[in-house]
Amino acid sequence: MNLSAKLTVFFAAAILALTMAIPAMAGNDTIKIGVAGAHSGDLASYGLPTVKAAELVAADINAAGGINGKKVELLVEDDVCKPEVATNTATKLVSEGVNVVIGHICSGATKAALPIYRDANVIVMSPSATNPALTQSGDYPNFYRTIASDDAQARTEVDFAINGLGAKKIAVIHDKGDYGKGLAEFARKFIDESGKAKVVLFEGITPGAVDYSAIVQKIKRSGADAVIFGGYHPEASKIVTQMRKKRMKTVFISDDGVKDDTFIKVAGKYAEGVYATGPADVTANPVTREYREKYKKAYGDEPGAFFDNAVAAALALTNAIAKAGSTDPAAIARVLHTEDVATPFGMIHFDEHGDATGVGFTMYVVKDGKYVQVR
Amino acid sequence: MDYFVELFFSGLTRGSIYALIALGYTMVYGIIGLINFAHGEIYMIGAFTALIVSTVLSIFGFPLPAIIILTALAAAIWASAYGYTVEKLAYRPLRNAPRLSPLISAIGMSMFLQNYVLLAQTPDFLPFPALIPDFDFMEPYAGFIGSSDMVILVTTTVIMILLTLLIKFTRTGKAMRATAQDRKMAMLVGINVDHVISVTFIIGSALAAIGGMLIASHIGQINFYIGFIAGIKAFTAAVLGGIGSIPGAVLGSFILGLTESFATGYVSSDYEDVFAFSLLVLILIFRPSGLLGKATIEKV
Repeated sequence: MNLSAKLTVFFAAAILALTMAIPAMAGNDTIKIGVAGAHSGDLASYGLPTVKAAELVAADINAAGGINGKKVELLVEDDVCKPEVATNTATKLVSEGVNVVIGHICSGATKAALPIYRDANVIVMSPSATNPALTQSGDYPNFYRTIASDDAQARTEVDFAINGLGAKKIAVIHDKGDYGKGLAEFARKFIDESGKAKVVLFEGITPGAVDYSAIVQKIKRSGADAVIFGGYHPEASKIVTQMRKKRMKTVFISDDGVKDDTFIKVAGKYAEGVYATGPADVTANPVTREYREKYKKAYGDEPGAFFDNAVAAALALTNAIAKAGSTDPAAIARVLHTEDVATPFGMIHFDEHGDATGVGFTMYVVKDGKYVQVR
Repeated sequence: MDYFVELFFSGLTRGSIYALIALGYTMVYGIIGLINFAHGEIYMIGAFTALIVSTVLSIFGFPLPAIIILTALAAAIWASAYGYTVEKLAYRPLRNAPRLSPLISAIGMSMFLQNYVLLAQTPDFLPFPALIPDFDFMEPYAGFIGSSDMVILVTTTVIMILLTLLIKFTRTGKAMRATAQDRKMAMLVGINVDHVISVTFIIGSALAAIGGMLIASHIGQINFYIGFIAGIKAFTAAVLGGIGSIPGAVLGSFILGLTESFATGYVSSDYEDVFAFSLLVLILIFRPSGLLGKATIEKV
């Protein structure tokens, strides 16, 4: 036997062993939740709060007698945020017989690990991987997340323009930068896909120009009901000011680069009625407060990155297992999609792609010189 | 047709903004052959001074016309002081140095002034009050051209005419022309060349400051960096029209502004700079000294 033939046999044996291992371990009397992510290295600060969140939730559940009489056991594995390590992490967790996994933290590592979980039929929920394709490609039906994807902002803007305001013709303008243009391109894609509205203008402007009246005239001629602008507040305030000075009433919708008090200060009265997306404020939510308090009590400082998202993931998964009455992935998935669960982001469930609804961006509007949330 | 007219006025607005700054560039170049890169910064300092003065005056409850006049005066005087000092410190010691040295000195001065304002004032954008009100008689035309656009357009034209008259018909103007033609010869016939150059810088800086005030009031915001971008465009316009020529700077600015506006309107704003600079290249190929610039033959 040459080397490659030996390797083939080895992998075939390994895969066989893995697939056999799963049904054998399903009968254990604990519920095993994997927690995978960066727990050491320079990105550890992204991953460790998730471990703490999972520990806090597991401790609560175990103190109350576990899920359906079974204790929750956490299997914590480090992937250092590296795709090549993440595949090993995933293989190890699968071979240990995890029921569900919270993780991974980084989009790249998550993407590398997902095929392994998918083939082993394990549900994975990330508190932090924001790459849009992870859910939207449909390649990983076993994947869920409790954070808004990178294109969520554009989706919020487009949804609001089309369904909230009933806009039929939308002009999409951006500042040619990575952030602004990226958002604008997502916005154009979503408008095209919606079929309910049309992109009548898609253009980049030069940041810092002394005057934007030409592009404003072009917006006017395009007959747009609404402008979606991807970029930052200095250009936004110039464009809005010139639109209003030309007596245009076209709605102006923008992003969290514009949801800044400087925008209101600079654009003054012309800022009134401008819409901008921003992260929802969750500090008033009782669940958020409860877990942040618990964290402070246990560790003495403020919880770090993605803590709220991780608490949401842990609560959603444990709730789904409890409601499903078993650790059967199909049953868990059904609960995740259909039943609301109380999390730091309010009542959430998961859409057909696996993205949590109600997590992420909401729309704000300038009213009397302040940004207020649109209800 | 309406759309064409709208774009035409957009171009005029942009053009007159460039022209207000380009006039100072071209004047200095015309007299001492120096591209004063710090000119954009003088414009920015003028705008900051105008912001401070107008805020203070409006706190004291002055009427609007008084605020405009006093602010313009204060900004012009303060910016002139800067222009005068910059010339004394950064350019005069290099008067007889190779041409490249004052150029580098000018770039250094530009960076210094930018960072000075950044540290002394703020890195943030500041709102600038609309000093020019919306005139009632302009209301029917608000879709085409705003009141502040109109004021900028008129101011540019008036300043251009006044400058041309000053240079053609006054003693100072005559001295300026003499200095421009031949500095050594001008000295020999008894012209105080240093004085003439100082006056040039003072006039150029005062123009930049008035431009800064009007443009900031039109745009509604300022920060320490506005001088750089506006300065580059104004410099391009001055070169396009023929650097050193006063009507050339205005003509070049309008051509640049109109090109950008029509490029945005009929092609795409993504390409407005591409069109503007392609035009510059084309004009310089066929008229190397710009549209109204005089071709000079240098003896070697």
